[in-house]
Amino acid sequence: MKKLVILVLAIALMLVASFAIADGIKVGIINNPPSESGYRAANVLDFETVFSAENGYEVLTYYSLRNDEQLSAARQFINDGVDYLLISAAETTGWDAVLQDAQEAGVTVFLFDRMIDCDPSLYAAAVVSDMAVEGETAVNWLLAQNLEVYNVVHIQGAMGSDAQLGRTGALEAQFEAGTMNKVVQQTATWDEAEAKRIVESVINSGADFNVIYAENDGMARGAVAALDEAGITHGVNGKVIVMGFDCNKWALREVLAGNWNYDGQCSPFQAQVIHEMIQTLENGGEIEGLNEKKQIISVERGFDASEITEDDIATYGLGD
Amino acid sequence: MDNGTVLTMRGISISFPGVKALNRVNFTLREGEIHALMGENGAGKSTLIKVLTGVYAKDEGTIEIAGIPGHITIHSPQEAQRLGISTVYQEITLCPNLTVAENMYIGRGKGMGVPWKKMYREAGALLDSLGIPARPRQLLKTCSLAVQQMVAIARAVDTQCKVLILDEPTSSLDDREVEMLFGLMRDLKARGVGIIFVTHFLDQVYAVSDRITVLRNGELVGEFETAMLPKVELVSKMMGKELEGLADVAPKRDAEEEQAKVYYQAEGLSSTESKPFDFRIREGEVNGFTGLLGSGRSECVRTIFAADRVTGGRVTVEDKPVTINKPIKAMRNGIGYLPEDRKRDGIVADLSVRENIILALQVMKGFFHPFSRKKAEAFADEYIKTLDIKTASTDTPIGSLSGGNQQKVILARWLLTHPRYLILDEPTRGIDIGTKTEIQRLILKLSQETGMSITFISSEIEEMLRTCSRLIVMRDRNIVGELTGDELTQDHVMYTIAGGGN
Amino acid sequence: MGKTEKGKSSFFQKNSQLLVPLIALMLLVIFNLIRDPGFFSIELVNDNAGNPVLQGNLISILNGASELAILAMGMTLVTAASGGQDISVGCLAAIAGSVFIKVLKSGPITPWLVLGGVAACCLVAMCFGAFNGTLVSVFRVQPMIATLILFTCGRSIAYWINGGATPTVESDIVKAIGGFIPGFPIPAPILIVVLMGIFFALLFRFTTLSMYLQAVGINNNAARLNGINAVGVKLLAFVLLGLCCAVSGVIATGRLQLVNHETLLINIEMDAILAVAIGGNSLGGGKFKMIGSVIGAYIIQALTVTLYAMKVSSTDVKAYKAVVIILLVVLGSPVVKRWFGSMRNKLAVAGSRKEAA
Repeated sequence: MKKLVILVLAIALMLVASFAIADGIKVGIINNPPSESGYRAANVLDFETVFSAENGYEVLTYYSLRNDEQLSAARQFINDGVDYLLISAAETTGWDAVLQDAQEAGVTVFLFDRMIDCDPSLYAAAVVSDMAVEGETAVNWLLAQNLEVYNVVHIQGAMGSDAQLGRTGALEAQFEAGTMNKVVQQTATWDEAEAKRIVESVINSGADFNVIYAENDGMARGAVAALDEAGITHGVNGKVIVMGFDCNKWALREVLAGNWNYDGQCSPFQAQVIHEMIQTLENGGEIEGLNEKKQIISVERGFDASEITEDDIATYGLGD
Repeated sequence: MDNGTVLTMRGISISFPGVKALNRVNFTLREGEIHALMGENGAGKSTLIKVLTGVYAKDEGTIEIAGIPGHITIHSPQEAQRLGISTVYQEITLCPNLTVAENMYIGRGKGMGVPWKKMYREAGALLDSLGIPARPRQLLKTCSLAVQQMVAIARAVDTQCKVLILDEPTSSLDDREVEMLFGLMRDLKARGVGIIFVTHFLDQVYAVSDRITVLRNGELVGEFETAMLPKVELVSKMMGKELEGLADVAPKRDAEEEQAKVYYQAEGLSSTESKPFDFRIREGEVNGFTGLLGSGRSECVRTIFAADRVTGGRVTVEDKPVTINKPIKAMRNGIGYLPEDRKRDGIVADLSVRENIILALQVMKGFFHPFSRKKAEAFADEYIKTLDIKTASTDTPIGSLSGGNQQKVILARWLLTHPRYLILDEPTRGIDIGTKTEIQRLILKLSQETGMSITFISSEIEEMLRTCSRLIVMRDRNIVGELTGDELTQDHVMYTIAGGGN
Repeated sequence: MGKTEKGKSSFFQKNSQLLVPLIALMLLVIFNLIRDPGFFSIELVNDNAGNPVLQGNLISILNGASELAILAMGMTLVTAASGGQDISVGCLAAIAGSVFIKVLKSGPITPWLVLGGVAACCLVAMCFGAFNGTLVSVFRVQPMIATLILFTCGRSIAYWINGGATPTVESDIVKAIGGFIPGFPIPAPILIVVLMGIFFALLFRFTTLSMYLQAVGINNNAARLNGINAVGVKLLAFVLLGLCCAVSGVIATGRLQLVNHETLLINIEMDAILAVAIGGNSLGGGKFKMIGSVIGAYIIQALTVTLYAMKVSSTDVKAYKAVVIILLVVLGSPVVKRWFGSMRNKLAVAGSRKEAA
């Protein structure tokens, strides 16, 4: 039934699209649904903005958290004769056959945000974030603060997720090297309230700490609420350095206000890069600057309270 | 064992905690005989059946089956089946989503495999030979209830069946379907199967059975040839009253109260459970519904109180037309109802005696006007004293009281609402004799002193004769007579129950 | 002496179901005091806004359990009347929180707007409660199955309301709801729990709700035949639970002035059901003691705080909690209670024999 609906929708979309513009570049976009997270909402919006009729595209989209649904949508798009297929897969496996079909049908595939376990020859390029680099950028920033001692409360995301593994890695290396002390390392599984409870319990235990390293903005917010209630100062000129990730607009505003010290970017803005690559291909050019996995790593920054500007918030902030 | 006898049960006794369910009961079933097993509820019919099908283990007695030497003991329904005793229950226990043939054979094969072709062929042959109008490959649920029942019987008699037990097989069938079923029973009888037929429909017993065994209170009353036993005698044997001795003094109630104002009147009143009936009761009148259990007497009073969903009819209370479609409306019209099944419909077991007493009045008073604890205590104390309820305190959960005291609490609940019309369905069942007379006395006192109208139902006919000035007699869910004045004798009641005549 | 003895025994007779939870709470307290004598010490500190606030593990327990305690109150009612549980409370709280934020984002945040937001989310949550209640009471769907619908789609609905993942608001009023009212050192959520407690106490005092809920839960037939609108009573229980969800949703949102539809009060439904069970209430419905469920909620929170204080990894906390909760529920089960009862009788008999000898 569902597949039937998808089919009908896809055909309808196709008809509407083909009437709307005669000969745009036909692109199929497969992504996770925007409700997945704030990151995803921004990601979906980014692609819908860049791949628009005004920019000369004829776009088919399909959003699902389920791999099988994404796979059948991809097949449908190939049948519909798209020129390019842009995929952020729900799962890393199971895509070989579809990508093979795409190649045979002459469809160029780009991966974004998430990698797929398959031979790199099956796609033209993959535009992804490197979470480990995000962690390193953040830890390097922290080291550059030249504190006498680093007593870190480390609040982790859902264990085993890419973001958690990447952002934990760099900090864990410091703990092992002895340059930083691990006061507490707990997972709050991305839950803001849980992060608050964790920090509350650290405060109640009387342990001394001067850094909160939370692996996303929400958990950093939870931690800060606990600090506020306990009367512990934080941010610029405060006792505790607060670090978060993801660059939600509201989080960047906290950084700008000096309540937080650092927010690491996890860029959802891959559409522009892909758009440029497609233009290059359309003009007969070659894509350059790929690594051995054909990846292009998104440039991701860390925002420091002393340097951030309103413009940064407008440009890089997610949500509203 | 005599020639021609397929089953003999001798001196069967079985006890449950506190009850002797069967006391030295004999039962004999002959080849090619339809043998009705009769008795009121609790007489021991189903217990006897369950001993025979291996559900209960007997305490004493012997069972013999033709063709098997010596006494046998039946440990399980499966064993009963192997011994040639098959049972078809009231509720059809087949699978509606399977085919007729599958229903007949499933679960009987030895191995895992099913020889489908053979199964359908044999099923077809059996259905044909029994004249059952069903095809083997038809889904069971597409058959009528009667045919489903017949398929169940076909399944039961398929293997070397000697004894077939039919437990209330006709209760959900209409007359035509009953006739079909009887045809099948006569067929099986002609093949030499002994059939035990349990039912509470007297007419059906006389239509189809050869012999009748009557049980009462776990004891054997006797075995009779159907042709030799008039209906009225069967009724008296089931009730345990000798015809001659029945005409004892029915207390003439003061005056025929025909002049008193009618309090409640219903015309063509019906519910999902009862057929349309007419009924009225006057102020200060005590009347009653009588009839065998299952005759529809409880259903009638439930309809009056709107305990079941009312489907039609006109009702007036004090000559004003009213709509009573839920219990609260009946209550607001001054009607109280003490239900037949105390455990299921009456007590709120975990709540205290106090809460159980004030429940109905509290509901009438309304959601936003709870009684104060003090007031509730006062009510409870008053009725605990008046009705002499034996309870440790008003806080004791009602569930821990004895049956008689629970009943008094429910009675107190309704008396507290000061009803104008009180319906008492079996208020005296399962309670000791002392309490019974207390309740009867109370009924008379209430009607005479406060002008309360009361409808009283009891399985014990003397109780009703002693208290009621008018009896409405029911049989097979229809009102078949109304007795007043001199007609209020046990003889009359039984004749009417048995269907007039004779 | 004799008099106090009598008073004591009658308290425990009337409240025997509270025995296990109270003992459990006491054991937790003793355990913590042995582990760290200063565990329950409370300090008065100034928060970053300069207001005096109380701080310490005890406050963390009382404060942190607020949402759970309120949900447990509502869950008690639903359990009593329907003999089943609502597993959509966390999702419903997320919906309520989202509605709250949605209203707050509609204009400049004034006290009136906040009040309007609270009213709106109460209304919405009560409507959803009525939806669940209708399925259960009118259509006789098993409560867990009926509420499974909202459990599955509730958080998506919460997402649709705001259309973004984690909308935030900046408001001192909202902050006060989930934190501290300036100048008053006790966390506002604790006060809200007390208010809800008073609300239900008044409801039980001035209506027949408690009696009706129990009557319907114990014997639906008898309740109906005594004129109680059994369908209405069950529906009301679900609507009241909806109200509880709304209040918890507002508190949870107020804590961080943010609503994350995916994580707001996640998995709290199971804790709420457990709180009811730990409180000695039968999950099969009937008689109930709301205070038991509230104690149950505080036990669960005390356990969490204790485990965090022991630096147990938060992934392991769930497993430890499960062990303790299984223990409590088994100890409170009728089977074990009967066993204890018979043991006590045996001991009493043996004792009297000894005395006689």
